Amino acid sequence: MAEEVILLDFWPSPFGMRVRIALAEKGVKYEYREEDLRNKSPLLLQMNPVHKKIPVLIHNGKPICESLIAVQYVDEVWKDKSPFLPSDPYQRAQARFWADFIDKKIYDIGRKIWTTKGDEQEAAKKEFIEALKLLEGELGNKPYFGGESMGYVDVALIPFYSWFYAYETCGNFSIEPECPVLIAWAKRCLQKESVSESVPDPEKVYEFVLVLKKKFGIE
Amino acid sequence: MAEVKLFGMWASPFSHTVELALKLKGVQYHYIEEDLSNKSPLLLEYNPVHKKIPVLVHNEKPIAESLVILEYIDETWQNNPLLPKDPYDRAIARFWAKFFHEQILPTALKTIAAEGKEQEQIIEQVYQKLNFLENELNGKDFFGGGSIGYLDIVVFFIARAFQVNQEVTQVELISKEKLPAICKWIEKLLKIDVVNECIPPREKHIAFIRAHLEAAKSSSN
Repeated sequence: MAEEVILLDFWPSPFGMRVRIALAEKGVKYEYREEDLRNKSPLLLQMNPVHKKIPVLIHNGKPICESLIAVQYVDEVWKDKSPFLPSDPYQRAQARFWADFIDKKIYDIGRKIWTTKGDEQEAAKKEFIEALKLLEGELGNKPYFGGESMGYVDVALIPFYSWFYAYETCGNFSIEPECPVLIAWAKRCLQKESVSESVPDPEKVYEFVLVLKKKFGIE
Repeated sequence: MAEVKLFGMWASPFSHTVELALKLKGVQYHYIEEDLSNKSPLLLEYNPVHKKIPVLVHNEKPIAESLVILEYIDETWQNNPLLPKDPYDRAIARFWAKFFHEQILPTALKTIAAEGKEQEQIIEQVYQKLNFLENELNGKDFFGGGSIGYLDIVVFFIARAFQVNQEVTQVELISKEKLPAICKWIEKLLKIDVVNECIPPREKHIAFIRAHLEAAKSSSN
């Protein structure tokens, strides 16, 4: 039976990137559809009536929403290749814990960095580096969070690397001196085609952030 | 011999969720009550990142975050499965659990500080969100189908907390007229012994909520 896989997405979305990477890692052919978030398609509104957000993975007509849920779904359906989660329940729990941590921290704190100034921005920068350092601790001296190969946490986190340049430029700080191990990890991930083909150029992300700042009247 | 410990708090629905999962699986565990105003060194050691309960400790290895713990329990003790087998059904269950935790609960909490028209609007928002779950039940006995599953365990204790809260705040978040399926489902679950074992004593719970509300109000005055 032919598999029909469609991904409703928006090019700078780190959440969308997660699903792109997951599908690429599994070698799944899919149709990428770019959404205009100011003019959402009827399909998007129909497939994600609850949140009306991307990414939405549509597999044989059935929608899966929420990026990490979609990544787990991809892992479970295309289970014969490149498993994202380890087989041991305790290690799986740790992977889920850290992916949840990334969801709770990275996007929101990162957003504060480019949408605020002064003390609020300084606090956000500090919190951001602290969160990255915790993740560095979890990585340890493994090549990837998943061990010898990329796993669930790698997929969850690497998209945000394409936003680091925007955060650094808006926040006037540098992440690499604080988190060299994490930056080395990110560059290692980018050497994989599944990642490099799925994430945008950080310069383009920064340009996009500048457009957003202008639109929201943020200096 | 496997040793299972649960660090919990008697009034926390997240703690109850984990207890119910363990009981449904027939797992013997040692429960440790945490005083959240004075967290134990052991809790802080087992959950240094968030410093919260519940924390499950299995053979000295800690797992934190209730939804992560639920999946760990389901994978470790494979009798009475909580999550469905089919990947799509699993995605749906996970979606609604996340929606309940990240959307319904925080919005419901906002009703506490709000007043008048603002409170009315927030109550309506909660209803709109709960209505998705009302439709999800769709004539089934439980979210899990014929028997209690992952989503039932996640939603029940928070839904029940909304009802108990109503006795103190008079804010009705789950009305019989607007959410009949959810009301019926709560009543059905309340009749199950193992579920009841996880619910705090009513008067104690009401007193606790009342005390917390007064503390919250006086700290904002």
